[in-house]
Amino acid sequence: MLRVDALQAIYSEVEDRIVVTIMGAVAAELYALGHRSNFFYLEHAMGLASSMGLGIALAMPRHKVVVIDGDGSLLMNLGTLSTMARYRPGNLVHIVFDNGSLLSVGGFPTATATGTDLAGVARACAIPQVMEEDTPRRLKQAVADALAGETLTTIVSKVEAIGPMSFHMDLPLLENRFQFKRALETLRHQE
Amino acid sequence: MPVSVANSQVIYDALKACDVKIISALPETWLVHLIRMADDDPEVTLVRVAKEEEAIGISAGAHLAGVNSALLMQNHGFLAAINPIVSLALLYKIPLLMLISYRGHMGERDPWQTQGGMVTEPLLRALGIPIWHLSGPHDAQRRIKDAQTLAHAALSPVAVLLTRELMWEE
Repeated sequence: MLRVDALQAIYSEVEDRIVVTIMGAVAAELYALGHRSNFFYLEHAMGLASSMGLGIALAMPRHKVVVIDGDGSLLMNLGTLSTMARYRPGNLVHIVFDNGSLLSVGGFPTATATGTDLAGVARACAIPQVMEEDTPRRLKQAVADALAGETLTTIVSKVEAIGPMSFHMDLPLLENRFQFKRALETLRHQE
Repeated sequence: MPVSVANSQVIYDALKACDVKIISALPETWLVHLIRMADDDPEVTLVRVAKEEEAIGISAGAHLAGVNSALLMQNHGFLAAINPIVSLALLYKIPLLMLISYRGHMGERDPWQTQGGMVTEPLLRALGIPIWHLSGPHDAQRRIKDAQTLAHAALSPVAVLLTRELMWEE
């Protein structure tokens, strides 16, 4: 599965949700599908997209939060799985695209390429619902089900180590940051 | 354990006066009472992190969601969190109210704490992070409130150093 096809498949499920992504290909591809003020692209601080998502989910329990993570980022902050599982906010959906590679910095293989099983790690950390979905159609269904439910869910999807032609995004990171905060404020006021 | 319960309560009350709703923490001797107070408080969500880096992300998320948070960490936890402080909080102009137990400084008997104690303030200064020292209960509430006010006005992390004089009763 290509990550861009996976993102295309889930776009309609996540477009009105609070979304936090990691940097690199995920950010560029989601941005290219159509930026929304409720999307935040964490362009640095590798590994912390899930921690940010946890903070938002705990602060806004009535709203669903979707984190789009990657294998390289998650491997840099494996403790996040144990912390998320400890507080298990039912409004948090954690998608991990696993391409076995640090794609945007030269494509060096990550530990998932040599056998580390992130879904297994998530289960062992006590994430209450862990799924592995490797086709766009199944992933879309899993995301829809997780968003409809009230159970903290991690979905690991194997994707090919192929990124976009360009990582360029016409969105300064501070503009994204302030725009995103405004979008969350608007959502809070709709409560 | 001669960690001051009374002064921990003063600090906790100051955080409540700052309308802090999410507190992240990693257990550390000087912070035990503060962590228990947060755990016992139904109005506050205590997030026990595995490593302090996570706490920077959690507080950033809380801020963007419009909720005040505070971080309880040892100075070695601050050292562990320097990359996300730089590449998330400073880069994205995120206010952080960091309450840092100032181990390894004057009066320290544990040799293993001393190296971290000696580099804490120079590193905070190198990062351009404003510093308040809390050494007594009388000005603690004012200083914590002022630190939060500056953090929000400057959109910057601020450090409140919890000193031995405040936290430890000999």
